[in-house]
Order: sequence, then C-alpha cells, then structure tokens
Amino acid sequence: MAFDYDKYIRPGKLPHIWCPGCGHGIVMKGLIRAIDTLGLQKDNTAIVSGIGCASRLPGYMDFCTLHTAHGRAAAFATGVKMAKPEMNVILVGGDGDGTAIGGNHFIHACRRNIDMTYIIMNNNIYGMTGGQFSPCTPTGAKASTTVYGNPDPAFDVAKLAIGAGATFVARGTAYHATQIDKLIAEAIQHKGFSVVEILDDCPTTYGRRNKFKSVIEMMNRLKDIAVPVKAAEKMTAEQLEGKILTGVLYKEERPNYTDEYAKVIERAKK
Amino acid sequence: MEKTPANIEIIEKYCKGCHICVEFCPTKVLEMKGFVASVKNLEACIKCMQCELRCPDFAIKVS
Ligand code: SF4
Ligand code: SF4
Repeated sequence: MAFDYDKYIRPGKLPHIWCPGCGHGIVMKGLIRAIDTLGLQKDNTAIVSGIGCASRLPGYMDFCTLHTAHGRAAAFATGVKMAKPEMNVILVGGDGDGTAIGGNHFIHACRRNIDMTYIIMNNNIYGMTGGQFSPCTPTGAKASTTVYGNPDPAFDVAKLAIGAGATFVARGTAYHATQIDKLIAEAIQHKGFSVVEILDDCPTTYGRRNKFKSVIEMMNRLKDIAVPVKAAEKMTAEQLEGKILTGVLYKEERPNYTDEYAKVIERAKK
Repeated sequence: MEKTPANIEIIEKYCKGCHICVEFCPTKVLEMKGFVASVKNLEACIKCMQCELRCPDFAIKVS
C-alpha cells in the first residue's frame, strides 16, 4: 500500500522548493515514516531547524515547528526541550548549518546529552547560499569559494558527534531510503542526544561543479561508497578504502541533561 | 509479493523530472515522458515500492 504522507504535511505546501533530485525530500519522507512508526503526536513533537535548503524542511511538516537563525537549531531546540521536557524534539539541517555556523551549538548539545534527535543532511556544500564550501566538502572538491579545489580536509560528522559526547550516532544515505526511517526511529527512541547523518546529494551546487553528469550518478556514488557496519567487520582495510560506514555506529547509556537539570531544581528547592 | 495488479499514481504537478524512479526500478516499469515520469509497463511491477520510497517529490504512489 502507498504510504499516506499527506496526513503529516501542511495542506497546500507541496510541491516543495528543493531542486529536481535533491535528496532532502527523500530524508523528509524517511522522517515522516519514522514518526508514523513511533506514533508521535503532532502537538507533542517539535521540529526545529536553522537556515539552508535542508532547514526548510520543518515548514512542510504539520507539527510544532521552529525555523530559526543560521546554525542555531540546537540552541532553540534546547530551549524547547528545557521548557517542555516531555516533548519529542527533532532538529534538522545541513552540514554547513550544523557543523560550521552552528558547530559550537552542535558539539555542546552532544556533550550535554540532551534528549533530542539531530538529523544532519550532509551534501558536502552550502546549497542555498550559493555553493560555498563547508567543513564537509571533501579535499580537492570544487565549490564557489574553492574554484581551484578545496585544500581543507572534511569533518567526519559521525566521529565529531561521538567525540563530542552524543550517545547515539548513526549514518545512512539518501539512496538507501528504506534504512532512513529505521535509523531515525531508533534515534528518536534513544534517551539522550542522538545524531543521524544522512549522506545526501546536491545536484545543483555540488554535482554540477564536481563533474557529476546527473542526479543518478550522485545516487550511484552513495550506493557504492556505503558499507553497513556489520559487513565492514569482515572486510580488509584495503577493501574499505574510500568507503563510508552506515548503520548504527555508536550507542551508550549516560545520564541526560533534562533529567540532571530536574535534579538541580530539586536540590535548589531544599 | 501480492498477485493483484499494481496501481501506480504519478502526481504530475509534483514531479520535477529527476529520473530517480525510472533509473532504479528493478523491472523497468517507468519511463520519462517529456518532463515527467510515466508508466510504460505496469504488468512488470512487483510492488517493491522503491520508486515511491526514493521519489524526493512525493509524486509516486504505488498500491
Ligand atoms: S541547492 Fe542543492 S541542497 Fe539546495 S535544494 Fe537545490 S539540490 Fe537541494
Ligand atoms: S514499485 Fe518497484 S517494480 Fe513497481 S514501478 Fe516502483 S520501483 Fe518499479
């Protein structure tokens, strides 16, 4: 049976603004299916974003939504979660918004282990603002501000999240659509700060500059580089060259910020 | 897979012509007709839902 996405989308909002073949729509559908699987209620679920193409996502979702300042999704979302700890708080955004402009907010949300889920759509570039390179642009790749090739190494978003203290970290791709909802659902269920990085495609500002002939070529690349963590265990370092691990990469139980803060309030009252 | 024939609805006003559904359909059911996706060989559809899942534009419904 066809999945009924319409009941979660604000009436009259489609078609969305994303370019032909942009993976953000695939990720949004995955998020909707995850929400449906978990039975999250619209008035008890906040979807928060910063600025950028990916950050337009909450505008389509018929939930409590906040479209905030560039890089500040984590700051606003933290406010929502502290005011209403019982709410499900989901952050969405791109790699530029999340790891550069909002990099500081991102690492500290990880460190605090505040019970929210952050979906980072990593398409290796700033799409909306004109194709500038981001901390996730691969070395050598072209952007509007690295026309001779990017000299910087790229962040590994998942490793960054783990290093900063996130207690659930997963990675998927826009090509592997069936996996997206499962990873997001598991992340939402996790008690603590969870990060789901989705390797995404931006045909308009990244693909064209980097000699991808079509959206299909970009999708095939995602298909080729992804290796599930389980499969990787049986592979040699040589076989894993140039590949990126997908699936649940890290999980631990640790006290989360809202619970700890509730204890602070109790202590202060004594 | 169910034996009942598939019904594929393409919402043309949502389709942006990215080709993803056409390319990744395992049984080559779909084709591009001008700018938008269209059904060429409905009988071959195995209802795997890959096209519906991967369509970034909410433009395909398979039932
Ligand atoms: S510019 Fe890139 S990221 Fe933005 S909507 Fe277009 S394809 Fe997607
Ligand atoms: S459901 Fe599967 S077989 Fe049928 S058209 Fe879509 S991709 Fe092709």
